[in-house]
Amino acid sequence: MTPTKPKFELKLGMATREAFGKALVVAGRENKDIVVGDADLSKSTYRFFSCGIAEANMVAIAAGFAYAGKIPVVASFSCFVMNKGFEQLRVTVAYPKLNVKVVGTHSGISIGEDGPSQMSVEETALACSLPGFVVISPADEVSATALVLAAIKYVGPVFIRTGRMKAPIIYPPDQKFEIGKAIELMEGTDVTVIATGLLVAEAIRAHETLEAEGISVRVIDVHTIKPLDRAAIQRAAAETGAIVVAEEHLIDGGLGVRVAQVVGETHPCVMEFVGIHDTYAESGTPEQLLDKYGLVARDVIAAARRALARKKPRA
Amino acid sequence: MQAIAKRIRRGIIEMIGAAKSGHPGGSLSAVELVVALYFDVMRHDPSNPKWPDRDRFILSKGHAAPVLYAAMAECGYTPLDQLNTLRKLGSIYQGHPDVRFIPSLEASTGSLGEGVSLALGMGLTARLNGSPARTYAMMGDGEIQEGQIWESAMFGAFHKVDNIVAIVDYNGIQLDGFVKDIMEVAPLAAKWRAFGWHTVEIDGHNIPVIQAAFKEASETKGKPTAIIAHTIKGKGVSFMENNPKFHGTAPTPDEVKLALQELQ
Repeated sequence: MTPTKPKFELKLGMATREAFGKALVVAGRENKDIVVGDADLSKSTYRFFSCGIAEANMVAIAAGFAYAGKIPVVASFSCFVMNKGFEQLRVTVAYPKLNVKVVGTHSGISIGEDGPSQMSVEETALACSLPGFVVISPADEVSATALVLAAIKYVGPVFIRTGRMKAPIIYPPDQKFEIGKAIELMEGTDVTVIATGLLVAEAIRAHETLEAEGISVRVIDVHTIKPLDRAAIQRAAAETGAIVVAEEHLIDGGLGVRVAQVVGETHPCVMEFVGIHDTYAESGTPEQLLDKYGLVARDVIAAARRALARKKPRA
Repeated sequence: MQAIAKRIRRGIIEMIGAAKSGHPGGSLSAVELVVALYFDVMRHDPSNPKWPDRDRFILSKGHAAPVLYAAMAECGYTPLDQLNTLRKLGSIYQGHPDVRFIPSLEASTGSLGEGVSLALGMGLTARLNGSPARTYAMMGDGEIQEGQIWESAMFGAFHKVDNIVAIVDYNGIQLDGFVKDIMEVAPLAAKWRAFGWHTVEIDGHNIPVIQAAFKEASETKGKPTAIIAHTIKGKGVSFMENNPKFHGTAPTPDEVKLALQELQ
């Protein structure tokens, strides 16, 4: 076997929440209909309405803006905007299907030291339960920037999940992204890792380790959790016969169960899940937490091995 | 406008009677306020419901949908002859206001506490657009037990959203009984004043007084206005007045007959 140069350098870039902020400034300069609401976590002032620590009110004000023709973008910690604003997201935004963009920052457990009350491990489940919502989960600064701009152009409610931790850069600056279209980052035939957010980089690392052992791992970045790219999932199931789903979210109600639904409906195959197992995390550094709660390349590799062990040999 | 108010009261009784469910008490208490808005105060055009500069009305107390439906039908936004399909499968007259079924509604409501926030978004949009549009949100007095109301009250004063008016239909009764026995909201005017709103307390059944209050609101700059409208739950039908039973109970066919006789 000839050693191959890693395809991905995975150089550390911006946190996806920071990329969101920069993309929003760009979008706001171009489109005067964009207005921004924030719950005590920002300093900008341009068509910006400080809402105080009052997420429910902020979300419903965004709905009022959207009814009147504006494109409101509201942002706060994922856990607070989704949980404290959920009833308003349900009745004032999703039910009339308004053009509101909701950005959750500080998603997952990788916020670190602040601990579980500030961590958001359930917002994929919540956001996907809102009929008509598009749910986006970018992996790096390039995808975050492009998808924030795409979400603003898209007419309808969108939730974007961003993180606080600096994320490895995966994409070249000119990469094209389309809402709802997953990206096959690495080809492979033995097993597919379907990942989102920070776990995409871990999936790439897992690919590299397993490839050295002669195991061919397909890696797919599902940056749009809803609507899912059913075709990419079906293809992966049919062509590799084993799927690992990896996400920084509770396994209950996460991307994994959504992928499992598509696999079950199209081409059943063995599946394994990397995510948070029915628990809240704790304080620690982001790296310590991702390690302790099983969200690093090691865990993706172990899951891939389990899947391969259960996979029926091809006839 | 008195005649319109009476027709709307009859419409409320007939449609809730036909639906066999609904909220007559809080619909009847709001009649004069809604009539004053739709037939005098608000600048709107039923032939052009999406006119960007129109004034807007949000029924934050969405369970009083029958009063809004009757008024909008009377204006010509929606068919009068379908009011009695209220709450039935396929009807545009849903149990609570739903813009998917009636696009000329300003907002889908029904989850209490959200209407003033919606009005704030609309009011700020008008301000950004340099539009004269004014937005009116009507709450129930039980509704203002919701914490979000006070979040929106803080926001409205802080951002000086003086093109919106919050109206409290202060009828003193909520689903389980009298507001004062369940979770007292008094002193209401003092609360809204303390939150920085220009606050007017009025008789919510006296149309000239209501018109004057809305005029005062439109002339008040630098702060939003709250109108605390003292009303009678079930107003206009003797056996429904001040009777908690008719918060959320439809009249029987006999009660419908009696009520309509009183509303001749």
